[in-house]
Amino acid sequence: MTSAVETVAVRRHRASATTRAWAFVRRHTLTLFAILAFLYLLLPIAVVVVFSFNDPIGRFNFKWQGFTLDNWLHPFDYPQLGPAVRLSLVIAVFSAVIATAIGTLMALALVRYRFRGHGSTNLLIFLPMATPEIVMGSSLLTLFLNYSVPLGFTTILLAHIMFNISFVVVTVRARLAGYDRHLEEAAADLFANPWTAFYKVTLPLIWPGILAGFLLAFALSVDDFVITYLVSGADQTFPLFVWGAARVAVPPQINVIGSAIFFIAIAFMLANVLWQWRRQPKGAV
Amino acid sequence: MFFLVPMYYLGYTSLESGDLFSGYTFSWAWDNYSDAWTLYRDHFIRSFEYAAIATLLAFLISYPLAYWIAFRGGRWKNLLLLLIIAPFFVTYLIRTLAWKTILADDGIVVSTLQNLHLVSSDGRLLATTTAVIAGITYNFLPFMALPIYVSLEQIDQRLIEAAEDLYANRAKAFFRVTFPLSLPGVFAGTLLTFIPACGDFINAQLLGTPRQLMIGNVIQSKFKVSADYPQAAALSFVLMAIILVLIIAYARSVGSERVTTGVA
Repeated sequence: MTSAVETVAVRRHRASATTRAWAFVRRHTLTLFAILAFLYLLLPIAVVVVFSFNDPIGRFNFKWQGFTLDNWLHPFDYPQLGPAVRLSLVIAVFSAVIATAIGTLMALALVRYRFRGHGSTNLLIFLPMATPEIVMGSSLLTLFLNYSVPLGFTTILLAHIMFNISFVVVTVRARLAGYDRHLEEAAADLFANPWTAFYKVTLPLIWPGILAGFLLAFALSVDDFVITYLVSGADQTFPLFVWGAARVAVPPQINVIGSAIFFIAIAFMLANVLWQWRRQPKGAV
Repeated sequence: MFFLVPMYYLGYTSLESGDLFSGYTFSWAWDNYSDAWTLYRDHFIRSFEYAAIATLLAFLISYPLAYWIAFRGGRWKNLLLLLIIAPFFVTYLIRTLAWKTILADDGIVVSTLQNLHLVSSDGRLLATTTAVIAGITYNFLPFMALPIYVSLEQIDQRLIEAAEDLYANRAKAFFRVTFPLSLPGVFAGTLLTFIPACGDFINAQLLGTPRQLMIGNVIQSKFKVSADYPQAAALSFVLMAIILVLIIAYARSVGSERVTTGVA
């Protein structure tokens, strides 16, 4: 085996035609595979979007019947769907704002100061992300049960803040890691006031990280089902509504809201990608 | 602090006994734990089996995909990455319901497979183990693909070129250089896929039958349907413990492997 390889190495120029043919096959196999993988990833999304235009007969939206715009024109025309979407948005806004505030401060503290328990705090931030959601949800639920906290808005909000904090800390810390502390020291020398330095130098520099953390927290909150399901009482967020609905009926309005969330998120991401693209110098890969 | 306090109560509740009407009291009820294993062993084993298969499948799909984007993506890289995470922007439950539509008994996939005689004429895909595993694989695929992409992307191209010059065989260069260098991403991706997959109950619920129920289904119904909190808490704790042991074992094996390849 090795000797054969070495022979090839020595006679490389002669074997180059075969090598090139092999590379051609390989390259295109890989491309074909990638295209198939993308199809697999995107197929369900296409289904969701297409079926949002379906005009289903009966309660289940699983079979194509006919095209209609009704669902898009009356997206909330289904009992309890409107309040569920509203609750999801309210929870997402509040939990993202609070988690971003706490998470940013934690990230700053973790990067700046070497305090006692620094290492274990790092571990504690990682742990919630490495725990299955069901375990996390059940631990929160037992906490609320032990204190007889009535399940509902408050418990959902607290749970969302909790699982969002870790993600914010990680995002902001990533931004802080690549940032030069000397800038802040220079500012301190010039302005001689830590608060001014923070507002004028630190905050603008880590702002992209904070914004990314906020958006991530918002998205996670809107999408979360497992934890919300466990700690919720009678209140329904949008995913809970879908879960409840899926047992008895699947109205096409679900697809409409799902598609709308998808398009809004994609628009955000595309804007971001284009923005980065433009800033990148042409020659860079 | 946001994590340990709830965990403490999970442990506390798991040792309670009693019933919903007279109330649960703390009593060092260790039998919740022995029950957790003896009564639900099948569910645990099934969960880990499904999660392991789904993780492996996700790896087999993601690695070539991430490789393709990292090395052939060119200036489209960011856009392609966006396509990978696109499924995340459709609510988890809706994604899974979409699979229900795709795999439906009178859907295109099933009828095509029937025409090709890959599935018997009364065969179905929905409500099978295959459907559940495929759903899990699909839902966690981006978690596998992204870390692998990141570690592949960071590899210095010149190292691979050098390796190709030295070994003169692309396959060998790949297995000796590219793959070992991407191991951190594979490691992270495996954990990010395997851990949530173990606790998942949505795929089993929507795409499977009671025969495919996983431990997550048991825990959630204990909490939400039968209100047997101590038992549910004990089950969660056992799940967490098993996952931790598996992670540590996995970290050890991957770590030592990396050391040996580094030396060789």
